[in-house]
Amino acid sequence: MSYVIIGNSVAAVGAIEAIRRIDKEMPITVISDEPYAVYSRPLISELLAGQVKQEMMGYRSPDFYERHGVEAKLGTRVVSIDPKKKTVKTEAGESIGYNKLLIATGGTPFVPPMKGRELGRVMTFIKMDDAKRIEEMLPELKHVVVIGAGLIGLKAAESLHHRGVKVTVVELANRVMATVLDVEAGKVVQDALENAGVDIVTGDTVDEILGDTAGLVNGIKMQSGEALDCDAVIVAIGVVPNAAFAKASGVEVNRGIITDDHMRTNLPDVYAAGDVTEGLDYLSGDNRVMPIWPNAYIQGKIAGFNMAGEDREFTGGLAVNSIELFGVPVVTAGMSNVDSDDLEVLKKSAGYAYRKIVLRDNKVVGAVLVGNIDRAGLVTGLIREQIDISGMRERLLADDFGYIDFPVELRKERLGVAL
Amino acid sequence: MKRVYTKEEACIGCRLCEVHCLTEHSRSKNIIKAHKKEFPRALSRVLVEELRPVSFAVQCRHCDEPVCVEACITGAITKDESGKVVHDEEKCVGCWTCVLVCPHGAPRRDLERKKVAKCDLCPDRETPACVEMCPNRALVYEER
Repeated sequence: MSYVIIGNSVAAVGAIEAIRRIDKEMPITVISDEPYAVYSRPLISELLAGQVKQEMMGYRSPDFYERHGVEAKLGTRVVSIDPKKKTVKTEAGESIGYNKLLIATGGTPFVPPMKGRELGRVMTFIKMDDAKRIEEMLPELKHVVVIGAGLIGLKAAESLHHRGVKVTVVELANRVMATVLDVEAGKVVQDALENAGVDIVTGDTVDEILGDTAGLVNGIKMQSGEALDCDAVIVAIGVVPNAAFAKASGVEVNRGIITDDHMRTNLPDVYAAGDVTEGLDYLSGDNRVMPIWPNAYIQGKIAGFNMAGEDREFTGGLAVNSIELFGVPVVTAGMSNVDSDDLEVLKKSAGYAYRKIVLRDNKVVGAVLVGNIDRAGLVTGLIREQIDISGMRERLLADDFGYIDFPVELRKERLGVAL
Repeated sequence: MKRVYTKEEACIGCRLCEVHCLTEHSRSKNIIKAHKKEFPRALSRVLVEELRPVSFAVQCRHCDEPVCVEACITGAITKDESGKVVHDEEKCVGCWTCVLVCPHGAPRRDLERKKVAKCDLCPDRETPACVEMCPNRALVYEER
């Protein structure tokens, strides 16, 4: 008998590290369709940009599996779960028994049905192999079109630009990073990209990908009718939970696998964590898919504790994003871009700097910082702990906002008063 | 584990803790060379906040359940067996996720290196430099 974890990214690591804090004995089996030891997915853009070497991609040290008593079955795909027999079946037909099972299979890039999407050099960009494929074809790439101006699309654009490739980003919304940024902040980021030489088209989308006689991409046609020549297309519209096999095995799935406050699914002894889930959102109180690295670790950790028999509650994920594009850092937390009558917005801007704090009932529920992001965590902490900010409201927009602005008692509690 | 604690009442806001932290994390560990001759210059991992008459020093709290460790995208920040929150500069790519999540605002951005700088409790010393050099014993290093 053993713990079985399907998936081998950050949620799996969170679970392994938590399990081993409680249970040092029972074996853990990790099964992943990727052939690599756990690596940092967000770093693939730095890999492509040539700023990080492959040997520095590891998220944990090479002896991680051995030290944690983990058997890693890499390059192995799970096709189904049998919750009655408590086994999972691999593509090769192997049946592996579990005592407790964690589904941490992450997300799959969403490629909408459009003409030409089956052409060669239509790619997505979330895995190590995606970066390697692009690296291989780099000598032949002069102009690449990226569909979608979210975090993945913009990081792909920046990396390609660093490698001397002309990039055009096409985004359906009226601004970049539209999920987390308002119009003002979106404009600051767009300016940084455009000044660096990346073309951005907003309010339009790719209708059709055009190909040559060899079946390779040679252009795109947009909804507006405008056409562009290009050598490759990267589709970066978003990711969807990789939950189809779980659903077919009886796991309850809405958009993602539905998890409760202990990261349990509807099936006994089956847990889920990370981008594959539709877990609790701390601020809204609703379940939603929140494909964010830190959230995946925390969900994995909570699942791991509960799998090992230690009761731990998941209090909900908080959406946090940090990205730097062409030297302009951008961080967002919580409800950074929500329009609602019960929200109050404080903001200020100057050049490449922007600072926005979103309040609800005298508590911070969202924030955007662009340019000067130092000590942003103080604000994130106020969101996570839902602290009343009545006494520090005037200071929230200050660049040097600090513990000095906190109520004395709270500050002393946080810092630990010297006796 | 031993941690650094601040005594607001004793802090005089002289910022000598910052000076000696920078020096300790420089290549030469010489106060003048560290400030005048080393490029890029080292960065102090302790920050003095001040609004007269109150001042105090803030640095990494080496939390029991550190959110920075959970959030770090490269695995550069870990909690070691002694409880210390350790930052591997080699692995850090300056993504600033720890800056965004640390509730104490402790990790600092070293813009010249594009790396984060945080308190390491001075591994080469018995007592961290900030504590030892504080002229009014406003910082203490002790087990709670």
